[in-house]
Amino acid sequence: MSKPLTVWDLPKDEFLAPGHRMCQGCAAAITIRHILKAAGKDVIVVMPTCCGEITSTVYPQTAWRVPWIHVAFENAAAVASGVSAAIEALKRKGEIPEEKDIKVIAIGGDGGTFDIGFQALSGTLERGDNVLYVCYDNEAYMNTGIQRSGATPLGAWTTTTPVGKVWRGEWRPKKRKDLIAIAIAHNVPYAATANPAFPVDLYTKVKKALSIKGPKLIHVLSTCVPGWRIEPEKAVEIAKLAVLTGMWINYEYENGVYRVTTPVPKRKPVSVYLRLQGRFRHLTDEDIKKIQELVDADVERINKLVGKQVIGPVES
Amino acid sequence: MSLPGWKQIPLGAVILKPGNSVEYKTGEWRTLRPEINQEKCIRCRTCWMFCPEGAILEVEEPYKTQAGKEYRLTYKVNYDHCKGCGICANECPVKAITMIEEAI
Ligand SMILES: Cc1ncc(C[n+]2csc(CCOP(=O)(O)OP(=O)(O)O)c2C)c(N)n1
Ligand code: SF4
Ligand code: SF4
Ligand code: SF4
Ligand SMILES: [Mg+2]
Repeated sequence: MSKPLTVWDLPKDEFLAPGHRMCQGCAAAITIRHILKAAGKDVIVVMPTCCGEITSTVYPQTAWRVPWIHVAFENAAAVASGVSAAIEALKRKGEIPEEKDIKVIAIGGDGGTFDIGFQALSGTLERGDNVLYVCYDNEAYMNTGIQRSGATPLGAWTTTTPVGKVWRGEWRPKKRKDLIAIAIAHNVPYAATANPAFPVDLYTKVKKALSIKGPKLIHVLSTCVPGWRIEPEKAVEIAKLAVLTGMWINYEYENGVYRVTTPVPKRKPVSVYLRLQGRFRHLTDEDIKKIQELVDADVERINKLVGKQVIGPVES
Repeated sequence: MSLPGWKQIPLGAVILKPGNSVEYKTGEWRTLRPEINQEKCIRCRTCWMFCPEGAILEVEEPYKTQAGKEYRLTYKVNYDHCKGCGICANECPVKAITMIEEAI
C-alpha cells in the first residue's frame, strides 16, 4: 500500500471559486472544494438541483472553474452516463485524443440520490458506466426548506417531521437505507464513505475512485447550518464528532474488500453529537438510547465486514 | 453588478466566464472577522483546508517570529469573500485566529 497522504499533498488549485452563495459554514462547500482538487482540471461535473447547484450558479455567475452541467432533479446519473458515452464517441471519431483522461463526476444531494435520482443512479451503476457519483448528504431536502428525505436519521426535526405532542421528528424506527450496500449490490468496483472533517481521506478516496474504470460511488456526510440548527463555526467539529461517536463510519470497499479508513478505538456516546444540534434538541434520554442501540448494531456490522474490531466500544 | 440585456445572453444561457462568482463579494455577509495572529500561527494549513470559501490564502511570504522562528509561508484571509463562519478559528490547533466583531 502506498504511503498515506497528508494535508501537504492537497493541491493549491481552487476549482470552486469564492463568491458562491452556500451558507456560512456549509460543509458541502468544503467537500466540493476537495473533490475538485482531486479531480483536477480535466473533469466534467454534472449536478441535479440541490443546494450545491443553486448556490454555485446564480445566473449570470458561476463558481465553477471546470465544465459543469445542471440537469433535472431525477437524472444526474443518467446525464453523467451520457457525458461519459459522448467522450468515448468523440475519441472514436478522433475528435478527442485517445489518451486524454477526462473524468465525469455527478454530485448530488441526498434527496437527489436516495429518493428522486435513485432510478437513474441504479442504471448508471448497473450498466457499468465510467462515472463517479458523489452524494453529499445533509440528511434532508435543504434548499427547498428542510423537508425529510430517505436519508433523514431517526429523531431529526425537519419541516415535514415536526416536533409536537404527536410527532417527535423523524419516525422511521430503524437505520436509514444503506447507500453503500446498495451500490455494492450493483457489483461496482469501488464505493466509499467520507466526511468533510477528514478532507485528506476524502481527497484520497476521490483520487482512487477516479483511477478505477467503471461506476464508483462516494457518500459524504454534510453538516448543514440552518437544516441541522447548528452554529456555523461548529460545522467541522460536529462532522468529526459523527465519526468519533460511530454515527458515521469512514470506510471503503474495493473489489470485495472492506477497509475502515478512520479507525475509532474508543467511541464517544452518540449524545455528544446529538446534543450540539437543534434538530435533535427534543430528544429524551430514552430516544437517545434507541439511537445509541442503532449505532452499536451498525458498528458491529462494519467490524464484521472488516474482520476485526476497528471501531471500539463506547468509552465510559 | 450590471446585468446583461437579452441580446447579450449566450444561447442556452451558458455562462462563458468560469469562476466569475468572484465578482460577488460574499465578505459583505460577515458579522465576525477572523484575524490571524502571525506570531502564534504554526503554519499547519488546517484553516486553509477547512475554509468553505477557499478564503484562507497560502502565500509564499517569509515570516520571522519575535522568538526567532522562521517560516516560508504566511496565511492570510481574503476578506472580499470570507463569510465569517468561524470554522478556521474553531479548528486552528493553536487558537491563532480570533473572531472580531465587524464595526458597522
Ligand atoms: C422533480 C422535482 N421535484 C421537486 C423539485 C424541487 N426541488 C429542488 S431541489 C429540492 C431538494 C433537494 O434536496 P437534496 O437533493 O437533498 O439537496 P440539498 O438541497 O439538501 O442540498 C427540491 C425538492 C425539483 N426541482 N424537481
Ligand atoms: S442549507 Fe445547508 S447544505 Fe444548503 S447551503 Fe446552507 S448549509 Fe449548505
Ligand atoms: S490553522 Fe492556525 S496555526 Fe494552522 S495555519 Fe491556520 S492560523 Fe496557522
Ligand atoms: S471565517 Fe469562515 S469563511 Fe472566513 S476565512 Fe475563516 S473559515 Fe473561511
Ligand atoms: Mg439534502
